[in-house]
Amino acid sequence: MESARLIASLARVTGDVGEAEELAQDALVAALEQWPIDGVPDNPAAWLTATAKHKAVDRYRRQARYQEKLAEVGRAIGEADEPDWAAEIDDYVGDDLLRLIFTACHPVLSTEARVALTLRLVGGLTTDEIARAYLVPEATLAQRIVRAKRILAERRVAIELPPPPEAAARLASVLEVIYLIFNEGYSATAGDDWTRPALCHEALRLGRVLAGLAPQEPEVHGLVALMEFQASRMRARVGPDGEPILLGDQDRRLWDRLLIRGGMEARDRTKGTYGPYVLQAEIAACHVADDTDWDRVATLYKVLSYVAPSPIVELNRAVAVGHAYGPAKGLEIIDALVVTGALANYALLPAVRGDLLERLGRVDEARVEFAHAAGLTRNTRERDLFAKRAETRGESPLRGMA
Amino acid sequence: MRYMILLQGTNPPTPPPAELMEAIMKLGEEATKAGALLDTAGLMPSAAGARVSLYGGKVSITDGPFTEAKELISYALYDVRNKEEAIEWAARFIKLHRDLWEGWAGEARVLQVYGQ
Repeated sequence: MESARLIASLARVTGDVGEAEELAQDALVAALEQWPIDGVPDNPAAWLTATAKHKAVDRYRRQARYQEKLAEVGRAIGEADEPDWAAEIDDYVGDDLLRLIFTACHPVLSTEARVALTLRLVGGLTTDEIARAYLVPEATLAQRIVRAKRILAERRVAIELPPPPEAAARLASVLEVIYLIFNEGYSATAGDDWTRPALCHEALRLGRVLAGLAPQEPEVHGLVALMEFQASRMRARVGPDGEPILLGDQDRRLWDRLLIRGGMEARDRTKGTYGPYVLQAEIAACHVADDTDWDRVATLYKVLSYVAPSPIVELNRAVAVGHAYGPAKGLEIIDALVVTGALANYALLPAVRGDLLERLGRVDEARVEFAHAAGLTRNTRERDLFAKRAETRGESPLRGMA
Repeated sequence: MRYMILLQGTNPPTPPPAELMEAIMKLGEEATKAGALLDTAGLMPSAAGARVSLYGGKVSITDGPFTEAKELISYALYDVRNKEEAIEWAARFIKLHRDLWEGWAGEARVLQVYGQ
């Protein structure tokens, strides 16, 4: 988080995230050279920021824009010889970080770019770490980040908090990025691992930071609650050989009580609001109880389908309805969804249909669906799970999304 | 990764200064906002507690105080990326004691939690 705060405060001064990142790097290099000799300063953050800002001044001196930038930077540093860095940092840090987060998640960037830039600048992950998490070559990821910074510079995206008319939509973009990161860790889309816990932890951390910076936003607490509840099941989701274990079959004693408590506390801060993440957190809270109240879950999904309609919501609603009112009812919703053509390449659609068919005794049709699902997924664990159900008479039905 | 930080020490005869308690709360708030601190609490002196022990195959229960060991003062549970981060939080915590409570001496043990 220190590097994110440093980049954030520099971005405020330089107005360019790429430049801010480079200056932060330079300051860190200087620290690695000097601290072993002089000792680590009592306030390392202040030292790094001061060093980086002085390097910014040096850099601008060498450029044609010297006069213009010097005025800006000089203003930021202040006229006094020894400004009170600690105080200045404390004053600005909250806003700076929030600004950086909004900038990294700017809608002018593709979703992929937003995710990469957020993990890099705000999460402080290295390019290599991000590339490995998303199973892309490091060079590809590096290019993605370079391009993203260039787009921000070209479009002159101001590093500022979004003005009130845009604030809600921009916040939704930030929440989407964080939840995308979480989901990639919770149920990986590709590769040999069913989950990638490091990504979940990073998303949780980003969510908690955002909750601290924007405590007045119930959707942020909703997202944090949702992630805490889901993360609480991580250890129970994966078997000893890495095989997926679905919700109904999990050993609940392995659910993390601290995360559940954290989820409940975050949820308490959302009372009386009904945004999409708050609703999803309510649904997730239902699974925490000893017996999932599927009727309540189905109702919540109905509300969610009005607040934030999407084919995925409809799919999840079908699962809930299937549990609450019987597989035939669930199948009606799935069949209607299939007709729309949405989610045509989404493995979970045929998988859910297969499960409902199986529970209705239409076993042969079910097997066809599971075979289809196995072919669609890029995650080998998920593929094996579906392939198994396509072969044998499945014993335990898909008891809800894990 | 999760780390438990256990503070052990000898409190000077003076009460803890208000500035220290305020600074500790502020640090806790900062750590929470950074998404790192999961749980923390002060522990009452051993005089208020008890010990349930098993030695030589025999279970025995004794009321506090336990004078042979340093008092455990507080615990904190952190969720961080690596040991260095946990150590950094512990160091900041200890430095508050150095700066704001003269005469205090003790240590913060940084222990990794299994499973995460």
